Amino acid sequence: MAGRSVPYLLVVPVAAVIGAILGYPMYSLVRLSLQKYDLFALIAHHGTYVGLHNFGSVLHDSIFWHTLLRTVVFTAANVGLTMVLGTLIALLLVRISTWVRLLVTAGLVLVWAMPPVVAVQVWSWMTNSENGVLNYLLAQLHLGNFFQHDWYATPFWQLTMVTTLIVWEALPFVAITLYAALSQVPHELVEAAEIDGARSWRVFKDVTMPVITPVLLILTSLSILWDFGVFTQPFLLIGAGHIVPGNYLMGIYVYEKGYAETNFGLGAAISLLMLVIVAAMSVVYVRRMLRVGEVE
Amino acid sequence: MNRRLSRKVAWDALGLVVFAVMVFPVFWMVSTAFKNEDQINSFNPTWLPLHPTLAHFRTALHRQYFWTDIKNTLIVVLVTVGIAVVLAFLAALALAKYRFTGRNLFIVLMIGIQMLPPIGLIIPLYVLLGRYGEVNKLTGVILVYLTFALPFSVWTLRGFLIGIPKELEEAAMVDGSTRIGAFVRILLPLVAPGLVATSVFAYITAWNEYIFASIILHSNSKQTITLWLTNLLGGGRSIDWGVVMAASSLIAIPVVIFFLLVQRRIAFGLTAGAVKA
Repeated sequence: MAGRSVPYLLVVPVAAVIGAILGYPMYSLVRLSLQKYDLFALIAHHGTYVGLHNFGSVLHDSIFWHTLLRTVVFTAANVGLTMVLGTLIALLLVRISTWVRLLVTAGLVLVWAMPPVVAVQVWSWMTNSENGVLNYLLAQLHLGNFFQHDWYATPFWQLTMVTTLIVWEALPFVAITLYAALSQVPHELVEAAEIDGARSWRVFKDVTMPVITPVLLILTSLSILWDFGVFTQPFLLIGAGHIVPGNYLMGIYVYEKGYAETNFGLGAAISLLMLVIVAAMSVVYVRRMLRVGEVE
Repeated sequence: MNRRLSRKVAWDALGLVVFAVMVFPVFWMVSTAFKNEDQINSFNPTWLPLHPTLAHFRTALHRQYFWTDIKNTLIVVLVTVGIAVVLAFLAALALAKYRFTGRNLFIVLMIGIQMLPPIGLIIPLYVLLGRYGEVNKLTGVILVYLTFALPFSVWTLRGFLIGIPKELEEAAMVDGSTRIGAFVRILLPLVAPGLVATSVFAYITAWNEYIFASIILHSNSKQTITLWLTNLLGGGRSIDWGVVMAASSLIAIPVVIFFLLVQRRIAFGLTAGAVKA
């Protein structure tokens, strides 16, 4: 009889901690979203109930819709680039000599290990307009006049620079995981298909793809979730002083409205909308991982 | 044959290009850190430092709050990892060795929480920590980090525990050990590498964290090292890139070393089961 309670006793500590420091905030997030909760309320420790007013003002705010659309486009661009380039690098890893593969893999792991905040500093330094090495390299390659070119002049370019940073950071994980998946593709099948005269595209589509599709799916859904909720890279690379509604992403929008403008009720409403979107998108991933949890 | 060889050479060359492009930013960080002022500010940069200097590293190490913030970071990280790994190990045992009602719900929670964007939680966490007087305190940061370190550690440790064959445990029990005895003598040594790898990875995540630390910790003497690093750019002064790159290198070094040690063991946790590597 005692044996049956063992798993519960083992799980209780984690469940209790998560309940207290995540469950309670989640409950409080919902409550806050229904309140007018500003700096005074923060000091007085309680806000005023306003019903769905916060949601009304968010959904009627054109900045919200523009930000959402911008974030969707941004996410699509980042995920698309990461997945395509990551797949190409993984396919390349299969084809190159062992010593080159070891070298490239080592380089990828090194990049993977870079702390994001450090990566932002390096990006700021490389792309600064005065003497950044990017302008120098592009000029050396005769790609145009990049003397003191400002890469952060418009919201489009600001977000493009954020994209280059995010894709660079994400590529190692995608490429190395896909390479591991590719090594599961049976060699004999590929060779047989090639002997049968199948073109390399056909071999990829009919032999390789079915094996790596589950991994591609998981990587894509993870990338979507991460890129949609991104904050640190755009916030630090664009710089707090240059954040304007024109370059908001959802994460930045929550921060600016809720935290910086100390409108916690409104911020909570935006956070909740954002979390609902993310939760809907993560269903695919969680279901797949749940299946993993069942197999053992 | 000749054509095949030249094709191989072409692929290898492309591989080297990929290597160069990917590694360049890291190389540039380290290279800049060792250059002198003239070389850094030059409009025609050279690849390698001509007269390598440690001056920027010295400046970074002596910059105000560096050691204080390193100490803060270590406190936060070690306490977080310590608590997270012990508690997570118990839960992981339950998931790996028992079937019980609510098991699936628990797994969904463990995976789902890892998918939450941290930025979506800053508002309630800030308000609640404020209410309980935990803003601007390291304990507040530790509490928040636990919510994210726990699910990750549970899931990863579960993976390590499943890898241990049940027969080993059973054999020990047949030999007259109790369940606890079997656990200590058989299971623990086998899962030790998993515990180390999980701790190291949780350590890296906490060390790198920026969002919550920046929301919760306001005064310079109470900050973590990522905040210290980003503060180097602020303040409108002209930026001393040599110092920023030296500091960046210093902060990246422990992470890179630890990451290299555990990457193979941990990397596939996120895609576990999909890749049977």
